[in-house]
Amino acid sequence: MPVPESQEFFVDPGRCIGCNACVQACSECDTHKGYSMIQLDILDRASSPQTIPVVCMHCDSPTCAEVCPADAIKRTADGVVQSARKPRCIACNNCVLACPFGVPKMNTGMHLMMKCDMCYDRTSVGKKPMCASVCPSQALFYGTREQIEKLRPSSRPIHSFRFGQQEITTKVNLMVPRRSALVALDVGAALRLAPAGDSAGGVDPLLDAMDGGGLQ
Amino acid sequence: MTLSAPPEPLADRFGPHPSRSIGLRLDAGAAPDRTVKTHCCFCGQQCGIKLLVKDEEVIGFEPWMEFPFNQGKLCPKGVKRYLQGAHPDRLTTAYAADPKAPGGFEAIAYEAAIERAAAGIARVQEQYGAAAFACLSGASLTIEKSYLMGKFARVCLKTPNIDYNGRLCMVSAGAANKKAFGIDRAANPTSDILGAELIWVSGANIAECAPITTDYIWQARENGAKVIVVDPRLTPIARNCDLFLPIRPGADAALFAAVLQLMIENDWLDHGFIRDHTTGFEAVAASVAKWTPRRAAEVTGIAERAIRQAAEWWGKAKTSFLMHARGIEHSSHGVANCLGAINIVLASGRIGRQGCAYATITGQGNGQGGREHGQKCDQLPGARDLANPDHRAYVAGVWGVSPDELPQPGVDAYEIIRKIDRGEIRGLLSICFNPVVSLPDNAFVRQALAKLDFYVAIDFFLNESARYADVVLPGSLHEEDEGIVTTTEGRVIKINKAIACPGEAREDWRIIQDVARALGRPRGFTFDSPRAILEELRVASKGGIADYAGITYERLEAENGIFWPCPTEDHPGTPRLFEEGSWNPIARGTGPFYFPDGRARFVVAPSTPPAEVPDEEYPLILTTGRVVSHFLSGEQTRRIGPLNDQCPEPYIEVHPQTAERLGLADGDRATARTRRGSCTLAVRVVRTIRPDTIFIPYHWPGARSANQLTNAAQDPISKIPEYKACAVRLQKAEGAGGPRRED
Repeated sequence: MPVPESQEFFVDPGRCIGCNACVQACSECDTHKGYSMIQLDILDRASSPQTIPVVCMHCDSPTCAEVCPADAIKRTADGVVQSARKPRCIACNNCVLACPFGVPKMNTGMHLMMKCDMCYDRTSVGKKPMCASVCPSQALFYGTREQIEKLRPSSRPIHSFRFGQQEITTKVNLMVPRRSALVALDVGAALRLAPAGDSAGGVDPLLDAMDGGGLQ
Repeated sequence: MTLSAPPEPLADRFGPHPSRSIGLRLDAGAAPDRTVKTHCCFCGQQCGIKLLVKDEEVIGFEPWMEFPFNQGKLCPKGVKRYLQGAHPDRLTTAYAADPKAPGGFEAIAYEAAIERAAAGIARVQEQYGAAAFACLSGASLTIEKSYLMGKFARVCLKTPNIDYNGRLCMVSAGAANKKAFGIDRAANPTSDILGAELIWVSGANIAECAPITTDYIWQARENGAKVIVVDPRLTPIARNCDLFLPIRPGADAALFAAVLQLMIENDWLDHGFIRDHTTGFEAVAASVAKWTPRRAAEVTGIAERAIRQAAEWWGKAKTSFLMHARGIEHSSHGVANCLGAINIVLASGRIGRQGCAYATITGQGNGQGGREHGQKCDQLPGARDLANPDHRAYVAGVWGVSPDELPQPGVDAYEIIRKIDRGEIRGLLSICFNPVVSLPDNAFVRQALAKLDFYVAIDFFLNESARYADVVLPGSLHEEDEGIVTTTEGRVIKINKAIACPGEAREDWRIIQDVARALGRPRGFTFDSPRAILEELRVASKGGIADYAGITYERLEAENGIFWPCPTEDHPGTPRLFEEGSWNPIARGTGPFYFPDGRARFVVAPSTPPAEVPDEEYPLILTTGRVVSHFLSGEQTRRIGPLNDQCPEPYIEVHPQTAERLGLADGDRATARTRRGSCTLAVRVVRTIRPDTIFIPYHWPGARSANQLTNAAQDPISKIPEYKACAVRLQKAEGAGGPRRED
């Protein structure tokens, strides 16, 4: 059974609290039990507790599959980019190096590329992926677009990204805050400074730049 | 027994060894024999979870999407909780201390251990009197077990000296709530966060200590709410809040006083509510008059403008949710800090309505229920008072004893340790409490435990305190018994048994009853099930403030839990306290609060410095707390491989300004030294902490224990120790750190 089209994956790094529940739960999924396929990036702990969970974005034209010399990586009709197929994978690492999001992992012991397959054993039978089921902050959300629009009026999903000259559209969405707050704060400096407060007021310049960069 | 350095083979036998997913737990094809709906054992949120069982082993979990509080969500502790069972360190027999045996303990038959335990208790009590034997109990036990422990101490052992590890956790909030509201329970369900336009979080690292609450807060923020976080550290929640007040540890009462003073100055008050539903406002108003923002800025270390901004948002809000946790409570004036918070809530009039909320966040599995039914030193079931003659008479009647036979209130957990040190208490029974790791100034705790004539410990792993025991009885894991617990919201829920106790291990309530029987005093301790204990507790709590009379296992299962008070079987329970027109047994219709006049109390909340403040010799402030992958003394989570991997060692967080001054770089080893001890750990240089403060997480024993450093100064009312502020000196460790001392 394919993953239903109505069910989408949304990642909101603004909500992430770095708890690792996703990383711990990922290894409990039956398609890759014992191996965690999600990455929790710590951006710059010296400056901020900010972390970002990285799942496979499930590209419409997956670079990993395009660079695979053995044709081992398949994108199923429901848009899920699957782990490399064991009989075909030659463990060449092309996909690991080429993926713009840094998602595929080489399991050197098994000579096999493994990656997030959106918990295919779960999502293909109507369940949520493990990471999005457990995520305490719901930085990882799995549901319909109607649900996310209702739940997150202050955010908007994007699924188009630019890496140099490469434009990528993905099945997975990234939530972008309409009004971004501080990204880093020096407590020592904050003791002397005015509060962050409402001062941002308008749209974050970073967002403006991204809009100008051709993103929807 | 006396104990010097733990003999080497002890760790070989008893761990901690990290458990891993192997065998059935790794086999994707292993179909479970059954799925058991129950709850996580780690923290007061008590998330719903389904445990998967095969061949009498918990082999995994499945998110329980339908349980209303967490709807499938789990933190890493919940995800990996299943790995605590079928563990190589699990105690499956009883043990007796034997210096000649490998590890210092010899396995003995269960019945022989019970006989030895009873003989040891009898010997101490015959020689030194009933009060010379004490019990230390815990708030991660089910309510049935907590209730039984209180009854066992008073009726079987006839000792006043029982207290529990909630003394380190919830008591400041509890005492303040009783003083202000007449009842000790979160006033609102967590779901009221969603209807609030302002969320105020004081001293609560929600992301790591109550992770699921994060989604509620972020959801409120999506709906337009502002979030204020007050913390010495920029926590993951603070990272994305609207206003961060980086407070000096221990200065919370001053902040609340200044906020109240600004509310008065600007007339951001609910005069009608104050007039109709409270008393004591004038005295509190007079007490805060001197708390100008400038003075509060000096005391709290927060910018004056930020204090004004917080007060304005709080003062003008139409709806709000104020929550706090150990950050303001773990203080030698923790009750005053909590009363300060309550005062700004009462002045706003925003309580007892949807979206108008106040709550304290419980830390332990049964942090709420474990403090209601009699294992506290001054308490009887139903949150009754041991010193109150009417309460004594009622409960004595339920227990079939004369009120005169019940001991008077005993002393708090830390005072029990002091009494042991002074030789006034000679014997101890501990369950669900690991004082060697969790109490402050633990060199003193170790010194005291080594003086005991007789110590019997009940546990499922050999915790660091049990290593001082003469007899160790193998108890039950959370998933090996059934019972009820009460969550941080005040929701009573059902814990279900997934598997049987292994080997000679027994459910804790059976062990307690077996000891009573061996002492020759089985009367009142012949329950055949947790259900039978609950039936008696329902009667014992009836008519009390924490009234469970209407609660049954069947209702809890059918209704996904019930909020107490629930006085009758047709009562729907009480998710939100203090609603207009609500009835309670104290006010009897005169008002929504639990006093005879139905009014809440404003109580003067003076600002006092911590018992120990920085000076030339110890120029910094040490504060301690949790990390997300560990629970309390780490007895369980340090044995779960993936959780231990996530944070295998404690560390010292230091601001770069301080690090530079001390010549410390990220990753260096440094020694933190206080008047009580020292601890050498790696430093993490982060801009997310106040420059005058360092932080160490507390989940480790021995040379890595933060509680070698902490101060045992206690709040005069709640007797909570001051874990959150003491004076400390930090210096680079000599000789590049040298070899680490073993625990």
